[in-house]
Amino acid sequence: MLVRLLYKEFTLELRRKTVISGLALYLISTIFIYYLSFNLRQNLISPLTWSALFWVTILFTSVNTVAKSFIGEKKGEQIYYYSLVSPVLIIVSKILYNFLLCLLLAMAGYILFLVFFTNPLVDVGLFSLTIALACLGFAASLTLLSGIAAKANNNILMPVLSFPVIIGILLMVIQITKNCIDGLDRSASTDELLTLCAINIMVTSISYLLFPYIWRS
Amino acid sequence: MNKSWWKILSVILLLYTVAGGFLMDVPRLSIINETIRALYFHVPMWFGMVLMFLLSTLNGILYLRKPDKDRDIVSVEFANTGLTFGVLGIVTGMFWANYTWGSPWHGDPKQNGAAITLLVYMAYFILRGSLENHEQRARLSAVYNIFAFAAMIPLIFIIPRLTSSMHPGSGGNPGFNMYDLDSNMRKVFYPAVTGWILLGVWIASVRIRLRRVEEKILDLEYEKNN
Repeated sequence: MLVRLLYKEFTLELRRKTVISGLALYLISTIFIYYLSFNLRQNLISPLTWSALFWVTILFTSVNTVAKSFIGEKKGEQIYYYSLVSPVLIIVSKILYNFLLCLLLAMAGYILFLVFFTNPLVDVGLFSLTIALACLGFAASLTLLSGIAAKANNNILMPVLSFPVIIGILLMVIQITKNCIDGLDRSASTDELLTLCAINIMVTSISYLLFPYIWRS
Repeated sequence: MNKSWWKILSVILLLYTVAGGFLMDVPRLSIINETIRALYFHVPMWFGMVLMFLLSTLNGILYLRKPDKDRDIVSVEFANTGLTFGVLGIVTGMFWANYTWGSPWHGDPKQNGAAITLLVYMAYFILRGSLENHEQRARLSAVYNIFAFAAMIPLIFIIPRLTSSMHPGSGGNPGFNMYDLDSNMRKVFYPAVTGWILLGVWIASVRIRLRRVEEKILDLEYEKNN
């Protein structure tokens, strides 16, 4: 059933190609704006600026990506799903789907950053792991919040609700990125990685537990 | 009378805190000097805030288990009082930092974590404001409340301990354990914490009663008109 729900999400996404291409364009234009704002002078971008710009871009793209996960569905459609499957399956499939989408966009973002700027990273392996963990955390917390925001029909609500909640993940991730840039030994990042995993587990389980209550209305 | 003993206790304890906090002897520490007295006013604010938010979240959980309008009122008013305590905690901390660290906002992890916590709970009130349906508002805000409380735990309790901080009590700076040497401060600190928490519960309970009366008036008016 889970596989089928995931399949449904992907089919819908591929049918409405404008959404995913819109997100890709959003990513490209944001990064191009950075490129132009720094006056085409790459040496102005220190490694720390690079990591700040990168994570802010990923954060904004993820918020925009996940925000639409419940808005696209019509009311009758939701009642139909409600009669078919348990809400727990819906949230798990949405989190997985959003995770894959965020991961794809973050990878694309990383490649674009390589194209337009330099590569300050020494430890690319650890950085990839960080991206994956961050995307999981973003997907888990943002999916639940987008469910809340969709009920309220308020555009400003999604960023207002999500940014403060996400800062914990972002702080950890920026610290690990700094370690990757400095080329520190991997053991130096163990604390942050463990905290990140703990936050992810916590956020995912809370979404899993609370989603049925949002879904019911 | 027998129900209001804790309110009287709160007033007495707080009068004692103000008098004793300013007049009794404190240990002489370099840099901190007399600002150590902020301990009686700043630290209880955070204890109070965490307790208020905890009570608010517990009522949110109870609401989700068994929807009842009253639980929602209790939950909101505890969040309100917690937010007030948090703002006071930030302000007292900024006063202290201005004299000790040289500037009110120093970007210390504890300061940042506390500020983000306040942002989360302000978002909670924005969410409540933007939902029209009462039942939906109560349910969704209870969900966000639980989520926000869980997100607050790493921000205040874990991340400041991972990063170096200049805040007393972390990173080798003199902090809570330091006062083991001087049990004089405990004589004021423990009553201060109890007094401030009792005051917080008192404020919340007054507001809860006010809200219940307002709800009742609305119900009566509704019945009269129909």
